[in-house]
Amino acid sequence: MKELVVISGKGGTGKTSIVAAFASLAENAVLADCDVDAADLHLILAPDIKQRNDFIGGKRASVITEKCIGCGKCAQVCNFDAAVFDGPVNDLVRKTYKIDPVACEGCGVCVHFCPADAIEFKDAVNGQWFISDTRFGPMVHAELGIAEENSGKLVSLIRKQAKQIAAQHNKDLIIVDGSPGIGCPVIASITAADLVLVVTEPTVSAQHDLERVIELAGHFKIPTLVCINKYDINRKMAAEIARKIDNRNIAVVGRIPYDTTVTKAQIAGQSIIEYSNNGLSEQIKSLWLAVSERLAGKEVG
Amino acid sequence: MFSRTLVWVPEMSDNFTIAVASGKGGTGKTTIAANLASYLTEAGENVRYLDCDVEEPNGHIFLKANITTVENITVDVPQVDLDKCTACGKCGEICQFGAIVCIKEHVMTFEPLCHSCGGCRRICPADAIGKKPVEIGRISVGKAGKIDFVTGKLRIGNVRTPSLIKQVKKHITDDCISIIDVPPGTSCPVVEAIRGVDFVLLVTEPTPFGLNDLKLAVGLVRQLGLPFAVIINRHGIGDERVEQYCQSEDIDIAMKLPDDRKIAEVYSSGGMIVDLLHQCKKHFAELLDYLECAKEKLNEKRRLRI
Repeated sequence: MKELVVISGKGGTGKTSIVAAFASLAENAVLADCDVDAADLHLILAPDIKQRNDFIGGKRASVITEKCIGCGKCAQVCNFDAAVFDGPVNDLVRKTYKIDPVACEGCGVCVHFCPADAIEFKDAVNGQWFISDTRFGPMVHAELGIAEENSGKLVSLIRKQAKQIAAQHNKDLIIVDGSPGIGCPVIASITAADLVLVVTEPTVSAQHDLERVIELAGHFKIPTLVCINKYDINRKMAAEIARKIDNRNIAVVGRIPYDTTVTKAQIAGQSIIEYSNNGLSEQIKSLWLAVSERLAGKEVG
Repeated sequence: MFSRTLVWVPEMSDNFTIAVASGKGGTGKTTIAANLASYLTEAGENVRYLDCDVEEPNGHIFLKANITTVENITVDVPQVDLDKCTACGKCGEICQFGAIVCIKEHVMTFEPLCHSCGGCRRICPADAIGKKPVEIGRISVGKAGKIDFVTGKLRIGNVRTPSLIKQVKKHITDDCISIIDVPPGTSCPVVEAIRGVDFVLLVTEPTPFGLNDLKLAVGLVRQLGLPFAVIINRHGIGDERVEQYCQSEDIDIAMKLPDDRKIAEVYSSGGMIVDLLHQCKKHFAELLDYLECAKEKLNEKRRLRI
């Protein structure tokens, strides 16, 4: 079983549209949406949710108002400025402390040091995750709650579930839609994957972000391929990007033209492959072929 | 919608912080933030631009700042003095993140997992745990023309994004307008970047992905109780659903920037659209009018509260 992770560094380069197209081209794959704080793949794959689960990423402190003696020890030991002195009155003091749930890091230090035993430490439900059926095969996806934490843990959980499902159903490939950036959810998406495909575009910003994300994949020693989307909006820069990454021994396996079909397909709720049969889909099919060959262990470039 | 004045009078100055955010990546946050900073400066305001998209900072590409100082940003992780350590195991018990564990007589730390809560240091009865600074990234400060420029850059392989953003935001002062370029998404880095700002501009594009992620971002700013408005970029590229949504939710649309190949070309080579494309100036002038009115409204509210 192989795992392909599609990431981009910079957001909005077309990563999810490409994953959706891959989903309709892959014959025996499990799909996993690991862009947990702005998930969009479900808008195209229209998953039929079969199983719904709470995601408990960590714990969260909360003051039991009746017990608070207003001593301020919690505020003193909190490194995240989460304990604030504007809770309601109780029988003991005129003002109590409360914990700002958004600022709370879930470290539990206040819970331990509270002399009145007035702070609870309960599991925090940070979101939900789902196992679904789609017209292209099983899908694992999630919804991180608003302003919630632990996106990296949720990503790891989704990948683990996708692997289990792949094993159960004899699927030979997992296609992961990653998130933008180079931080915790991205690291959780790519560690120990078989192949990373970076979707970039010929803009100075995307080029800058591409270098950072390639460095990240290199840091974790994951084989990497690059696809230049909308290459024709700035051909000169597209060529420059190709030359630069060639120096790092990374292959450009696709050059996809700018095409309004991408947005039209999205509005129709279809993958590019389903929506149209023009030159764009041919380009994506050849990209898919190159990626599949690399996954099968062949050298491409 | 607010009424519009025709001429911009520089009176927004002093102590107004605007965050430019979006759920979805690549909708044009940095374009809006950098060009807004430049346009405000041209209108006579003192402006500071702060790039809080520390994983992939791009503001420098457009603002081409002259960097004068670079600061290494560190966080504290535990350093165990093994001579003092009694292997009581209390540090491992309090740590929620698996960053310090005690197996038999051996205490081991796993620095990448540490959240710097300081719990292990406080709880250690033998006073055997000290602080060790580790670098998580850098903050560069300089000038882009008249704009004060601050940018954070996370070290590759590091996950302490919110800690670095917090340090970038320490550069906010109350004698100018601050423009914060926020990372994409809706989780902890975004919360850290927009917490405490005066106003949020949510940049989106009129597509199903744009709308879905806009709804998440609206949920976030509403939960944090922050005033906000929407900017539609690449207007005309998709469908009407973003505008319909804003109307049904009673959300102001502060600016619509048209889908235009010229804008895409200027952007692609790192240019400023307010400098190079005359038609863009008009849109930013409208945005400024909108912000001026929004600020008035907020001040009014604050006065009433006092």
